[in-house]
Amino acid sequence: MSLLERESSDVVMTPDNIRTKRMSVVVNLGIAVAALAIAAAVVYGFGIGNYVLVVVLGVVFYLAGLQIVAGRIEGNRAARDRMVKALIYAACVLAILPLASVVWTLVSKGVGRLDGDFFGSSMNNIGARDPEGGAYHAIIGTLEQVGIATLMAVPLGVLGAIYLVEYGRGKFATTVRFFVDVMTGIPSIVAGLFILSFWVLIVSPWFNNGTPRFSGFAASLALTVLMLPTIVRSTEEMLRLVPGPLREGAYALGVPQWKTIVKVVIPTALPGIVTGVMLAVARAAGETAPVLLVAGGAASINFDPFAGGQQSLSLFVYQQAGDASRYAPARAWTAALTLVAIVLVLTVAAKLLARRNSLSK
Amino acid sequence: MAKRIEASNVSSYYGSFKAIDSVSMVVEPKTITALIGPSGCGKSTFLRSINRMHEVLPNARIEGSLTIDEQNIYDPDVDVTAVRRLIGMVFQRPNPFPTMSIYENVVAGLKLNGVKKKSVLDDAAEQSLKSANLWNEVKDRLGRPGAGLSGGQQQRLCIARTIAVEPQVVLMDEPCSALDPISTLAIEDLMFKLKDRFTIIIVTHNMQQAARVSDKTGFFSIDKTGDPGRLIEYDDTQKIFSNPNEKKTEDYITGRFG
Repeated sequence: MSLLERESSDVVMTPDNIRTKRMSVVVNLGIAVAALAIAAAVVYGFGIGNYVLVVVLGVVFYLAGLQIVAGRIEGNRAARDRMVKALIYAACVLAILPLASVVWTLVSKGVGRLDGDFFGSSMNNIGARDPEGGAYHAIIGTLEQVGIATLMAVPLGVLGAIYLVEYGRGKFATTVRFFVDVMTGIPSIVAGLFILSFWVLIVSPWFNNGTPRFSGFAASLALTVLMLPTIVRSTEEMLRLVPGPLREGAYALGVPQWKTIVKVVIPTALPGIVTGVMLAVARAAGETAPVLLVAGGAASINFDPFAGGQQSLSLFVYQQAGDASRYAPARAWTAALTLVAIVLVLTVAAKLLARRNSLSK
Repeated sequence: MAKRIEASNVSSYYGSFKAIDSVSMVVEPKTITALIGPSGCGKSTFLRSINRMHEVLPNARIEGSLTIDEQNIYDPDVDVTAVRRLIGMVFQRPNPFPTMSIYENVVAGLKLNGVKKKSVLDDAAEQSLKSANLWNEVKDRLGRPGAGLSGGQQQRLCIARTIAVEPQVVLMDEPCSALDPISTLAIEDLMFKLKDRFTIIIVTHNMQQAARVSDKTGFFSIDKTGDPGRLIEYDDTQKIFSNPNEKKTEDYITGRFG
């Protein structure tokens, strides 16, 4: 008797027999059906819940049954393997379910107002009894505010990350990295308050005859504050992943450090950097509080991000969802759907662009 | 165009750790010099000191003087990129730039240093790939990614990239250690061919390779872990491998080390 056979009793295979019995799919399905049936009987028999509890209990019974039955047929190790695999699949489904549910709710409720009027008109002169009205002004606001914020945050963030990875040594770099980490956790309302007290109340009066005013640009500033740490951190991680020998390869050709960074390091890390930037853009596009605080929102179209209140999609959703009009919720759902669609399109476009630049397909 | 290198009392440090202690040697132009010795004895550190690649690592520094045709490359007014343009380097693992094609990899050094003319770049690419014995294998797929080649081809690509900028000296840090015997042979052939134009210094763990390719051989060793590496003996390869002066050298090359 080998050591394995003696010490590990559930080993079915021996040196003389390397084959093992497999549980058939039919048995597996049988266990699943039986588990669901028992769960249904228990739940409805005692009247303790509805179909959700049946599914949950069914999964638990299935896992237990799988362990017992498969253990009889295939041995304990194979049964554990089956059970853990089933557990992982269940966890995966559980994780995807809310996401699928969100998408389904958005599409099913948002499709009602997907018409030309929604994308072609604002909320100007729309009263509580009017079914029309649209988010044209909010779409413009979101695109302008997030666009300007991206234009400011991406160069700053990427350059900051390059400093931290390629040049930063000693105390100063450590301090910068620490504050970037702290900034990652700033609540968006605090960023909004900062811009409100600094830009709207102190700086904007200089450009407006001494009167403070809301503007889309102020919202961009607040979004920049929120995007910066995300971009710096993700870019930093991506740059650190670029192997040192690549840099040395370029140095050994007599290429200066800045050119090595621009032509070798950044292109290598580009797909990852783009992913990080898009995460930041998506977060910024979904922010409501700072826009409410410093851009104020508006019912009419305002193309100028530097003067006057401006709407944004997320703020539009917030306001319509809380509106008393019976037509408002439909507008809120469609606006939410539009916002998700914009972020999705931007992300896909950015990924395609980043991939076309690199040779590795 | 090949140049003479003279190291006198070179000591390299990583922070407070002394990696090599007072190495002096003269490398004549258009020769191949092999550096051999056990792992951790400072061969690579010394090699990296010759083109100032040592200082890329944080807290690394060097003492002593290293001259190339009478110019000390460690003088404060020396431009480090100029030194590296003069002294090229091939690394242990092939490191083609992953975002560039084969063609772009070969001309990377020229292009990034400001050469723009297409005809000049095309010529340089073809000449360097031919010198690196790679032209026939890749001439039909110059636009494909450099990282898609086999290991041996990648290493020859890196050699082509290095000689495309026409350095005076080529440093090779165990260039064949990740390659099969056939690719190794191809690179050794290549070294003989390049000897007419460049001064070559190669670090290798393969004693037969050192004996086959080099004119002179330097043997590095350490007494025990933590001690700095020292140059034990430096002489004609013939002499080192048949009748070395030092007992340590003889022990090492006959495999009786330690």
